[in-house]
Amino acid sequence: MVAVLILGSLLAVALRAEVGRGLGPSDWAAVRFTLWQAVLSAVFSVGLAVPLARALARRRFAGRRLLIALLGAPFILPVIVAVLGLLDVFGRSGWISIALGWFGLEPLQIYGLHGVVLAHVFFNLPLATRLILQGWQEIPAEQFRLAAHLGATSADMWRLLERPMLERIVPGVLAVVFAICLTSFAVALTLGGGPGATTIELAIYQAFRFDFDLERAALLSCVQIFLTGAAALIALRTARGDEFGAGLDRVVQRWDARAGLARTVDVGVIALAALFLVLPLSAIVLAGLPGLALLPASVFAAAANSVLVASVSTVVLVLLAVPMALAVATGWSRSVELAGLLGLAVSPLVIGTGLFVAVHAVADPFALALPVTALVNAVMSLPFALRILVPRARQVVDRHGPLALSLDMAGAPFLRLVVLPRMRAQIGFAAGLAAALSMGDLGVIALFADPERATLPLQVYRLMGAYQMQAAAGAALLLLVLSVAAFWLLDRGGRWHAEA
Amino acid sequence: MLKLEAVVIDNGGFDLKADFDVPTGAKVAVIGPSGAGKSTLIGGIAGFLPVRAGRIVWHGQDIGHADPGKRPVAMLFQDGNLFPHLTVAQNVGLGLHPDLRLNQAERDRVASAIARVGLAGMETRKPAALSGGQQSRAALARVLVQGRPLLLLDEPFAALGPALKVEMLGLVEDLVRETGATLLMVSHDPGDARRIADQVVLVTEGVACPPRDTAALLDDPPPALRDYLG
Amino acid sequence: MKYLAIAAGVFCATGAIADVPELTVYTYDSFVSDWGPGPAVETAFEEICGCDLKFVGVGDGAALLARVKLEGARSAADVVLGLDTNLTQAARDSGLFAPHGVEAGYDLPLVWSDDLFVPYDWGYFAFVHEVGEDVPGDFRALGESDRKIIIQDPRSSTPGLGLLMWVKAAYGAEAGEIWAGLADNIVTVTKGWSEAYGLFLEGEADMVLSYTTSPAYHLIAEEDASKAAAPFAEGHYLQIELAGKLAASDQPDLADRFLEFMVSDAFQSVIPTTNWMYPAVVPESGLPAGFETLIAPDKALLVPSEEAAMVRDEALAEWLGALSR
Repeated sequence: MVAVLILGSLLAVALRAEVGRGLGPSDWAAVRFTLWQAVLSAVFSVGLAVPLARALARRRFAGRRLLIALLGAPFILPVIVAVLGLLDVFGRSGWISIALGWFGLEPLQIYGLHGVVLAHVFFNLPLATRLILQGWQEIPAEQFRLAAHLGATSADMWRLLERPMLERIVPGVLAVVFAICLTSFAVALTLGGGPGATTIELAIYQAFRFDFDLERAALLSCVQIFLTGAAALIALRTARGDEFGAGLDRVVQRWDARAGLARTVDVGVIALAALFLVLPLSAIVLAGLPGLALLPASVFAAAANSVLVASVSTVVLVLLAVPMALAVATGWSRSVELAGLLGLAVSPLVIGTGLFVAVHAVADPFALALPVTALVNAVMSLPFALRILVPRARQVVDRHGPLALSLDMAGAPFLRLVVLPRMRAQIGFAAGLAAALSMGDLGVIALFADPERATLPLQVYRLMGAYQMQAAAGAALLLLVLSVAAFWLLDRGGRWHAEA
Repeated sequence: MLKLEAVVIDNGGFDLKADFDVPTGAKVAVIGPSGAGKSTLIGGIAGFLPVRAGRIVWHGQDIGHADPGKRPVAMLFQDGNLFPHLTVAQNVGLGLHPDLRLNQAERDRVASAIARVGLAGMETRKPAALSGGQQSRAALARVLVQGRPLLLLDEPFAALGPALKVEMLGLVEDLVRETGATLLMVSHDPGDARRIADQVVLVTEGVACPPRDTAALLDDPPPALRDYLG
Repeated sequence: MKYLAIAAGVFCATGAIADVPELTVYTYDSFVSDWGPGPAVETAFEEICGCDLKFVGVGDGAALLARVKLEGARSAADVVLGLDTNLTQAARDSGLFAPHGVEAGYDLPLVWSDDLFVPYDWGYFAFVHEVGEDVPGDFRALGESDRKIIIQDPRSSTPGLGLLMWVKAAYGAEAGEIWAGLADNIVTVTKGWSEAYGLFLEGEADMVLSYTTSPAYHLIAEEDASKAAAPFAEGHYLQIELAGKLAASDQPDLADRFLEFMVSDAFQSVIPTTNWMYPAVVPESGLPAGFETLIAPDKALLVPSEEAAMVRDEALAEWLGALSR
């Protein structure tokens, strides 16, 4: 169904295409730049996420839960808001540049490939960290206990337990971040500093609205899908190593982490990451506070729309993702997992246009704006949900499947009595992410919405377009709060076992 | 000599008190009703549960606050004694170096320990490819190479059949005799205690009583033990 | 309740609405926002038309045309408001637009006559800066200066395309050279106007590509006289914003009335302080106080719409060539 939705949209665009001029050299330059920045962004995001996740897995401290909840925030911000927040800190007149000025140093030069990577790391480091942290949580407490008993040091724990876990988890996370960065456009352009930073998505945009060359748009979109598909296949191939088996839900304790050096490193990593994430977020909050008083009623109507869309899309996501995860876990087919990743591969512009063409043929697109947005958002968050759910689903099926079979417990009772209780934490996390993502999404609604059905991110853009930068900042803050709240509620709601 | 000096072990709100000595080389069974604190006692000595008060002293040294891996203890748990993603040889080798960097002599020791427990030829298998008894043997092989003077067993053989359990206890007895280790083993079967333990620590309602001679205690049980034995 | 109403509307859409005819106008997003002209225009027109005027915001001008082309003859739109002279040729070629009968005394910097498209406002592109800054007087001087600028990508933004045409109209064959000179002044290129203007307000650059009328917004709406537009000696490129009637409209008469209304005082008097552009026909009340402070370029540049497409592709290639390095 997901594949039908995505490929169908693409087909709809292709069918409306007139003969165009195919891919030119500038398109290939865009493909090269896109690939390069996506690879770099994925490597840096995941490379930094590993020590951060390790530190978070080993430490318990006041504010840890808040920090983990805030990890959801950058990912769901409207691009323009996040970019302004980042530039408040890293820009030519940002906080760091001002501080450098005190010492008579040149301002930070943020625009360029490194700026693109920095922004993508800001967006994706938190997501990668959460996904990898979950890998840590899937190592049973019993195994840490046994290793501790054997006198394993931090380095030994790493070799024995953590590295094998990472070998299994990291390729998939890399693929997800790579796929996200593949469809980046405004971030890459703005921080890239010029047309050298043209991505495939920008080329699609150009083909679509500058040249109205639908064939080229569809072609470029195919290139995106191909690249994501290739990345996904490589990831599935490389992800190796055995499962860890299951434990008895004892609370993990890390005796190895008491050593002074380990503590210093962990604290340093957490502090740096928190600064990196929290500074731009506080810039957004500071910018938004004065704007809150200026918010017109239309912003609150839009907020209500956003909440509605997010709720529907979260329900749809859970209904889609849990059965898909179980299908993968019971070994039906890896193609299910591939289909899940496709949601990331398709340019939001193309999927929106395709759906628009398809819907327009049979119904009034405006009337369907919110349901279509909810559906597309659900599909877009499917890849994340599957990354979150599949490993746990495998464990649950492996560990409890035989017992359930012997009890002749299948289908609904198995789902209700075993799967849902055992996967509650993961479902909560996936649902929280989906809700937050849907809340912040601008992709599809922009093509469908009329003024009465605008969502909050769209309203932020409209405010900015009308010189209302202050009110826009206020609306962005409202969006940030709503998204983090939705994420927090669902994520916490799902977790009952000692934050393990 | 293992001295438990007015020790209070904290198991998440449940306290276990112990105040007694265990002579070096003794074979002690820890018995008592379910939930009385047998595993808490063992977990405290092994370093998995914090000591809230008192001292745990081994040969004059307070080990009550050392990391689990730094204590003179080899331990088998109720479950999870092997890493499922490592081979038998690797699992045993961990007993020598947790980083698995072994020299030839050490590899030979691993091989002979594996042979000693009767698993020769199965070095490259993973735990999933072993029977329950073979898994226990592999874990015992690791205990053997660990060569720690204090062996703690938290009912590692509870899931095995009676004959297999007897066989494993026999193996444990042999190993203890060969290494001269001091043994503390949790059991809920008085038969096990009679079979290999010369002393018994009775644990009831959060208190571990000083060890008593096995035969004397079991033949003339105090009221608490009588209730338990039924 | 609102959603129930919407849901009910979906199911009853075919039958019920009956009495009041509906006029659907596609326009760009900022037109329909609370601060845009949309709400005031809607009220004013509904008072006289006995109809329901429905604005639909669709991205910006280029997205607007793409959308109408995508929908073709089945489009729900009756009027499209928000094209400009860079898009009119493509719009004309699509065959989707019908001639209008509007005649008015336009106050444009040039003579306007077009059978398909009616202008409703206009403005000059310009670089906006903080008052008191030392600013260059033309593109060459800008290129030689150390002033930092933020511009928009011509492939995704109307002002971005305007700048492309501006340089091309002013310098013709030397445009590539001008861009090469500007390359080290450009801090970054953004997707749209909002991003660029936002970055400028954050202090990321000395100047931003916008309109000569932008300072009027700060002056009138925020009582802030700190922004100014830099006059350039080559002249300033003109943007004329246009509306047209779709041939497939099911309300052609109403659409004609709307276009007539569009050049009347009721509409035109709303434009300066909501869309922050010059009205196509200055209303009787004149321009709002504050507009007299704006720079008035001596020379208006505009590439005729028939040539726009060709000039555009050549200029884009030069731009990419100069800045991609």
